Amino acid sequence: MLTYTLRRLLMSIPTLLFIAFVIFMLLELAPGDPMAQMPLTIPPEVKQQMREALGLGEPWYIRFPLWLNQFFIVEPQYWIDNAFGTNFADGAQRIISFQSRSPVFDVIAERLPQTLWVVAMSYVVGVLIALPIGIISAYRQYSVFDQAGTFVSMIGFSVPPFFSGVLLIVIFSVQLKWLPSIYDTTHVVNDWQSFKFQLQQMIMPVMVLALQTTAQVSRYMRASMLDNLGQDYVRTARAKGMSESVVVMKHVLRNSMIPVVTVIALGIPSIFGGAIITEQIFKVNGLGQLLIIALQGSDIPMVMTITFLLAVLIVMMNLIADVLYGILDPRIRYD
Amino acid sequence: MTDVSLSKEAIEKPRNQWWDVWDQFKTHKGAVFGLGFLIFITLFVSIGPLLWDVDPGKLNIRNKDVRPIYMGLFDSGAKVNWANPMGTDNLGRDIMANIMQGGRISLAVGWTAMILAVFLGTLIGVLAGYFRRLDGLLMRFTDLVLALPLLPLLLVMMLLFRDPLRAAFGPENGIFILIVTGIGITSWMQTARIVRGDVMALKEREFVLAARSIGTPARRMITRHLLPNVLSPIMVSATLGLATAIITESALSFLGLGFPSDFPTWGKILFDSVDRMTAFPERVIWPGLAISLTVLAVNYIGDGLRDALDPRIRGH
Repeated sequence: MLTYTLRRLLMSIPTLLFIAFVIFMLLELAPGDPMAQMPLTIPPEVKQQMREALGLGEPWYIRFPLWLNQFFIVEPQYWIDNAFGTNFADGAQRIISFQSRSPVFDVIAERLPQTLWVVAMSYVVGVLIALPIGIISAYRQYSVFDQAGTFVSMIGFSVPPFFSGVLLIVIFSVQLKWLPSIYDTTHVVNDWQSFKFQLQQMIMPVMVLALQTTAQVSRYMRASMLDNLGQDYVRTARAKGMSESVVVMKHVLRNSMIPVVTVIALGIPSIFGGAIITEQIFKVNGLGQLLIIALQGSDIPMVMTITFLLAVLIVMMNLIADVLYGILDPRIRYD
Repeated sequence: MTDVSLSKEAIEKPRNQWWDVWDQFKTHKGAVFGLGFLIFITLFVSIGPLLWDVDPGKLNIRNKDVRPIYMGLFDSGAKVNWANPMGTDNLGRDIMANIMQGGRISLAVGWTAMILAVFLGTLIGVLAGYFRRLDGLLMRFTDLVLALPLLPLLLVMMLLFRDPLRAAFGPENGIFILIVTGIGITSWMQTARIVRGDVMALKEREFVLAARSIGTPARRMITRHLLPNVLSPIMVSATLGLATAIITESALSFLGLGFPSDFPTWGKILFDSVDRMTAFPERVIWPGLAISLTVLAVNYIGDGLRDALDPRIRGH
């Protein structure tokens, strides 16, 4: 298992390098010019100097390794310096945003908590709702509950977040005036009242994202439970006289969770993608919104870094899913 | 008696298998509803503009902000008008005409992108499954593409290639080509994986061996023996692809990176109406409902097709 994990980790390095190269070349080939917004009166030689100041003077085969160096060596050095007060980085050039002229990772660190709160919360809520629905749907297959569960998950698959979010705002903020439509990220929780407000403003974005997760995970849970409920070991357990709750919740559930856990791990990157849209609807100033702003301003280093971080997340989650599958299911042998 | 019935059966023509598929499909209520709705919405957007002869781009500022006709029931003071049954927007454009025109573009993008994605997926899947030498390379490539963050990359592509394509093909066609290609080349991977797996399994079957033994060339082997047998998974993933393509196009429009605002699509109408949804919630609900119901219908059709095309379930 350990050798498998190590092999996969080593394999993910060329994958990530290739992905970084694809993203870099896409941004490089694209005709979008960060200088396009500048006044036309600036003389060409000054413009050239400005491009060089942005680090755009060199050809791509010099800038790509430079970017890799900054991302994988310089930035971690700064982290270590910040954490332990050392001086590894020694004033080396960090990745700088074209728009704000501040280090990209500082901006990302500012935005990350908001996104993580909403995304992590919605994922946990979505999974917690999905698991019981899947279990009951499978246990009572073709019952009214199962039909309703199927319908709800169909809706979760079909209604895009930009409509469900807007619909929730129309109903709960505009008509009923129960919940705020804009997520206030400066809000500080220090007493019961402010905690209640925090809950109120989180409900809608979390539910919009959770609906997607619930739809997907509950389907997998149901299918996996159905696979296991028909197995011989379930009949054996019942024949031994075990109570129905032990049979379902211990024997069947444990075995059914194996594929579902990997699905849950694999779904994490896609929910970050969903956050791009949700943050736009509820005006959360998180990573997704940062990406959109950076895109509109041709802020190439920012776009490159955020997109690459998402790619790292996808690759890592794939790895974790595969390793988890091997750990949880003793029938799987990778070596 | 027995003789008669036997001979009757004997002369009865062999039934085309697609009739069996259709019979099974009909038993799935959701799928039939879905198909009905898809046909309805297709007719609505294709024939609708011929009957409802209003120019969707025509401004009529005197007639702006008309509420939909049912608002007259709740609120006698509401500004309603039979000439605009779904109301008008803030520039006095008729919303029903806009929904029809937007649906045309949304559905056209969805279908074209889906066909492109299915074509690419089938091509890569068949090549990887049939030719062992290509398998490793193509599947590594598929895995790599699957590891790309697709929505951000799609956004980057939209933003960066918009202007050159607009200059080359005109504003509407340029964006259409860009969106269709973008969605097509970012959503073929699932189809490729499914097709590859099925082709690999089929390749070991006796009929393929028999066909090879009489010297069938690879090209005919694929078109004549393999493709018809992988048609059902391709059709199922095609329906899923149509649903995702429609959603992705609307999401791009919603993020402001799709069609320019004088070319309405459902996502674009929704995006443009969000600012005024407090006063006019119906303007976001019409396009949103159109997207959601169409995608729901397509998903149900996919569900029904999966059951109908599976010979193990069929006939039970």
